[in-house]
Amino acid sequence: MKRSSIFLFVVAAGLAVLPFVPIEVPLLFSGPFDTPGTLQVLSVALVLAGLAMSYDMIFGYTGLLSFGHALPFALGVYGTNLLMLEASIPYVLAAAITLGGVIVVSLVLGSVALRTSGVAFAMVTLAFAEAFSILVISDPLRFLGGEEGISLASEQVPDMFRRVVNTRNIYWLALAFTVFTFVVARVVVSSRAGRVFEAIRENEPRVEMMGLAPFPYKLASFTISSGLAALGGTVYLLAVRGANIGTTSADFTLSILVMVVLGGAGKLWGAAIGGFIYGILNLRLSTVATSNAIDNLPEWLSGPLSEPLFVLGVLFVILVMYAPGGLSSLATKPSFGRATRRS
Amino acid sequence: MSSFVLFTLTGLGLAGLYFLLASGLSLIFGLMSVLNLAHGAFFAAGGYTAWFVMDALDSVPIGLRFIVALLAAGLVGASAGAVIERVLVRRLYGQHVEQILLTIGLGMAAVALMGGWFSYDPRLLTQPDWFGDTTEIAGANVPNNRLLILGVAILFFIGLMTFLKRTRHGLIIRAGVENPSMVRALGIDVSRSFTIVFALGGLLAGVGGALGTVYFNGISPSLGTTQLIFAFIVVVIGGLGSIPGTALASVLVALTQIYVNNYLTSGLGSISVVVLLAGVLLVRPQGLLGKAAP
Repeated sequence: MKRSSIFLFVVAAGLAVLPFVPIEVPLLFSGPFDTPGTLQVLSVALVLAGLAMSYDMIFGYTGLLSFGHALPFALGVYGTNLLMLEASIPYVLAAAITLGGVIVVSLVLGSVALRTSGVAFAMVTLAFAEAFSILVISDPLRFLGGEEGISLASEQVPDMFRRVVNTRNIYWLALAFTVFTFVVARVVVSSRAGRVFEAIRENEPRVEMMGLAPFPYKLASFTISSGLAALGGTVYLLAVRGANIGTTSADFTLSILVMVVLGGAGKLWGAAIGGFIYGILNLRLSTVATSNAIDNLPEWLSGPLSEPLFVLGVLFVILVMYAPGGLSSLATKPSFGRATRRS
Repeated sequence: MSSFVLFTLTGLGLAGLYFLLASGLSLIFGLMSVLNLAHGAFFAAGGYTAWFVMDALDSVPIGLRFIVALLAAGLVGASAGAVIERVLVRRLYGQHVEQILLTIGLGMAAVALMGGWFSYDPRLLTQPDWFGDTTEIAGANVPNNRLLILGVAILFFIGLMTFLKRTRHGLIIRAGVENPSMVRALGIDVSRSFTIVFALGGLLAGVGGALGTVYFNGISPSLGTTQLIFAFIVVVIGGLGSIPGTALASVLVALTQIYVNNYLTSGLGSISVVVLLAGVLLVRPQGLLGKAAP
């Protein structure tokens, strides 16, 4: 067993026993770790950590700047909930069908979008994701919930994930998703195909020269990462108890990118930390900001400071300017990874 | 027939907005390969500037006040563009992904900043009564503001083309879009053009934001981001770096959107635009008037 695997095991075990730890972290969380409120925040943060790792596979490893990663995630959320609500299919089956559907959709959209590269690819994926977002908002067939979203079809959800006392089960499910994503992503990026992903990121013409067609590899990376994101969506649905319009938006896609870069692109654990920290800050920063000294500042300053996205945006700009490798690069010595690459 | 004229002119008004937002985006990308995701924030900043001027200068006659508001919105956009380029984007010269990330962070912070200052509820613009009146064209009663937006956009299109074709700065910018390393090799300081292009993009987006506030009957922080996505689609369909391509694609996208919304199902317009994008990419990945990718 490698050292990193042992480290991962220790972290996962530590997170797994967290719901039994009655310790309170002042300011950051509203209550001790064993209360449902805190566990819910942590569940969301864990799902985002997994989502960030899935995005890291396509962006950090394969070097494809997709601006549409919110789409498979939102499809996971909406698809599962709609199948439960409209077709009365139980949760696990609904999630499985949705996952299969998202993989098919990703293959189709990926084949179109990957005809372009670089920034055009970014814009095209953004357009696809936005099309779904607009579809949900305008809701021409009146079943997508529009701006209000759709609350969880709880009749179809297994008992163990239903009541507030069971928040810890959802937390464990989120943790399982994150660990699963880590393992899958790890296996994929260290496989032979994963080496080709990185080669495409570094120098695509060279890959072609060596007699490999980049397209199937790019499509594989796109599809696997979309599948993992969709899986995350099915868990997220339980954690926030509903399908929310926010997960479809372009802003959310950009947030995923922010998470990955915040933690460090091209490192799975870096992306996971980025997603986790982003999740907690995004949910808790506004409470932190309004609860103390910031409230006494003049209004032109306290208004923006109580906006989590303002603080995160500024933090992100500083990080991009001064620590382009993300938080994980501050912890490790500089490497010849993505952080030092210039195009 | 009269409804067709109305839809067409409304579509052309929308096309004007798209052009103002997308042309700057296209130029910035064409010259510097920077995808400016803070561009929507320039649009929103222009909208808020116009709203502020219309509210604050209530002693000035309303028509004149609107002209001042347009100029102020353009000025705010241009200064924001120039400052961002000089202070931040410049330091990440040559690192395209990092520049994109930077503009994402800036856009995110700027939208939240405006949300913190002006709240997320839309602010209504005080505007001349004349804007809401209609003019009869070929039997259709067309709201004047659509014609106004279209007129301003055409003026800016002509102005931009004249600037690019007739001035020395424009020549350098066009040459830089074509072949930046050759321009540098000839001993020309391209970095000044970078600032000019960013300021120009900010100016166009700022004016677009002021007019967008008229078109959409108010301004909210996220309006720019929403419009930016259509501007992206326009830029890709038109071909990156091509201003005539951007103008053509603006018209195409806006008309498709309006026709589908009005003749088929309301709400499908935006999605049909994405289908249009996919179709163009399948046939011509470099966009209608874009150069083939090197």
